[in-house]
Amino acid sequence: MPVETVAPKIELPKKRDDSVLVQKSSTVKVSVHDLNFFYGRAQALHNISLEIPERIVMAFIGPSGCGKSTFLRTLNRMNDVIPATRVDGKVLIDDHDIYAPGTDVVELRRKVGMVFQKSNPFPKSIFDNVAYGLRINRITNSSSELAGRVEQALKDAALWSEVKDRLKSSALSLSGGQQQRLCIARALAIRPEVLLMDEPASALDPIATSKIEELIFDLKKQYTIVIVTHNMQQAARVSDTTAFFLLGKLIEVNTTEKMFTAPNEKLTEDYITGRFG
Amino acid sequence: MDLHRHLDDELSSLRDRVLLLGGEAEQALDRAMYALSERDSDVARQVLDHDDQVDQLEVEIDRQCIDIIALRQPAARDLRFVISVAKMAPVLERIADHACNIARAALDLNNEPELKSAMDLNQMSEHALGMLRAALDAFTSSDAIAARQVIKSDTEINDLYNHTFHRLIELMVTEPATATRDARLLFVAKHLERIGDYVTDICELTVYMAEAAFIKHTT
Amino acid sequence: MTALTALCTLLAVGALLIILSYIAWQGIGSLNLQFLIDRPRPVGEGGGIGNAILGSLVLLAISSVIGLPLGISVGVYLSEVGTGRFAGAVRFMVDTLTGIPSIVTGVFVYAVLVLPMKHFSAFAGGVALALIMIPIVARTTEEMLKLVPHSLREGALALGAPQWRVTLGVIIPAAAPGIATGAMLAIARISGETAPLLFTAFGSRFFPSSLNEPIASLTVQIYNYAISPYDEWHAQAWAATLVLMVLVLGINISVRFVTRKRF
Repeated sequence: MPVETVAPKIELPKKRDDSVLVQKSSTVKVSVHDLNFFYGRAQALHNISLEIPERIVMAFIGPSGCGKSTFLRTLNRMNDVIPATRVDGKVLIDDHDIYAPGTDVVELRRKVGMVFQKSNPFPKSIFDNVAYGLRINRITNSSSELAGRVEQALKDAALWSEVKDRLKSSALSLSGGQQQRLCIARALAIRPEVLLMDEPASALDPIATSKIEELIFDLKKQYTIVIVTHNMQQAARVSDTTAFFLLGKLIEVNTTEKMFTAPNEKLTEDYITGRFG
Repeated sequence: MDLHRHLDDELSSLRDRVLLLGGEAEQALDRAMYALSERDSDVARQVLDHDDQVDQLEVEIDRQCIDIIALRQPAARDLRFVISVAKMAPVLERIADHACNIARAALDLNNEPELKSAMDLNQMSEHALGMLRAALDAFTSSDAIAARQVIKSDTEINDLYNHTFHRLIELMVTEPATATRDARLLFVAKHLERIGDYVTDICELTVYMAEAAFIKHTT
Repeated sequence: MTALTALCTLLAVGALLIILSYIAWQGIGSLNLQFLIDRPRPVGEGGGIGNAILGSLVLLAISSVIGLPLGISVGVYLSEVGTGRFAGAVRFMVDTLTGIPSIVTGVFVYAVLVLPMKHFSAFAGGVALALIMIPIVARTTEEMLKLVPHSLREGALALGAPQWRVTLGVIIPAAAPGIATGAMLAIARISGETAPLLFTAFGSRFFPSSLNEPIASLTVQIYNYAISPYDEWHAQAWAATLVLMVLVLGINISVRFVTRKRF
């Protein structure tokens, strides 16, 4: 007599949507139109057009001198401090052109934070470093609220447990990886919406690097993150979408998965497979 | 320090190895069918003896693929190539195994009197060999279009198999004396039909490698 | 090679030690408390350099109050703005001023302040010293500010700080030890100036009562005593020299101490 058995229902994993951009919110945070950038007479960026959706991690890759850092810095107008630079084109953040005359650059930089390649803590205490942005933007008058914001920022940067007992000691006494996380905390304290990271882990050892990468993974739930990296494996590990730059031009933008398995452009493929640059 | 040249060398060597394995599978099938149709047991034994080397080659390819992935982090086209080769090697080894099974059947059948119905199988095996050769050519030149063509021609082998199946069943019923021999032939036909399916797998891998399109289970 | 440089070092250091010990040996005899607090008296009555010490300190104070803010501001301007033709011109002028002989500065202040006022004054002396101090302080301030890594500037700007805030709140504090060193060394330098004071502060035998009057200073007093014909005054000159040396050394040593690395 055949015994009736009920086979357990097998839960198949959900079909992965090929396009991350469709999966996440499709609100565009940053929209660049025909951006040209000049250092004096030399043109560094040629007709860049790009859209960066909200709350994803976008990586900029490309060989040295391809313009990826220059382009990153146009997004918070940090290139303004370099003399004789000129910008032509539009950069819209939340639909406002940040290069329109009369733009409040200070407010822009509060909204669009930046973390640099070599960590640059101020020669002040850990607390004062994180509080610096809060103080100059006069975000709060109450010292308890200030302390609270500093604590939250250090927690968001995964540094709180390591420094909570020595907030008054010098920031320069921290290790390289800790200093970089301090700089991230300092940027996060003023609650930006976009976080620009210029090769944030390139000066760090592998363990410190992986801490930063984990941090980025957590941060993208709240922030739109753009990271410049010369390390392709890092771009592959960390980002949702990747943009490849070469000689000041944007060659290709694609989901990271596509970029590293089947990019559209031959130039991209040559770069990714190590055949040049 | 030209790293990509090292990678290119490794990829070349991997390609050479997998094509060698393909050649071995082709040769095994060809000789096994020869042993069957020409009733040559020596050739059949050669096929069986040679199988260890084929297995060894598959293991080497496996190892090389893992090394390349671990040490060279291939990307895009190179990655697709290495993954395809890693999946293709076992398929080729199984084709060779089926050829061995055919050789064993040939040994058994050669001990018994000749059977007329062996002729039908030659058509099937010609077709299977042709498919295998075309698939390996398509792989060598990363030709997805050719690969798709080969996949289409699998239906012919299936049709031939069905025809042979019914013929042999009929024979087993009408001439019980030769039933055992007919049964052996039926299994040989089955092996050939399986080989056709494996060649389809190889073509699907070729399409993936060339176009980054997954066509498994859709054709 | 090492032996040769070691020998030269010994010569240089040796020379300094010889100077210091000679002065000490010559001056220590006349050095006592009375000497330090009394004002000069006619030959034979003793007297001291109390007013000169006080006078020097007053002159240093006046010149610092005028010279340091101006010098540091120019340094900040040159470092932060730095480019453009005006800045280039300023830098050139500062460099030139560093090279002007101090006696020329003294004569200039004589013509511009003392003559119209019709009398010597501590104020004029302070101005003359300040004019010497400003280019030195400006240059060291600029250098120290330039040493602050550019990344600190960028870090502060990226947080939304306007340029002036970055300069005041981050750059200058970061360069503060260096700027302070520069200031102290400038002070040590002008505390040894004599020539400009000859035409401006002039000198006095009395304790200072107002800035509008001539004022004594260690350097001028040493000069006056040294060229006098009296042995007693020569001895006092030696002692005063010793005091001046101690003062300058003291400033230098305290600069080192105060600016030791804390952050």
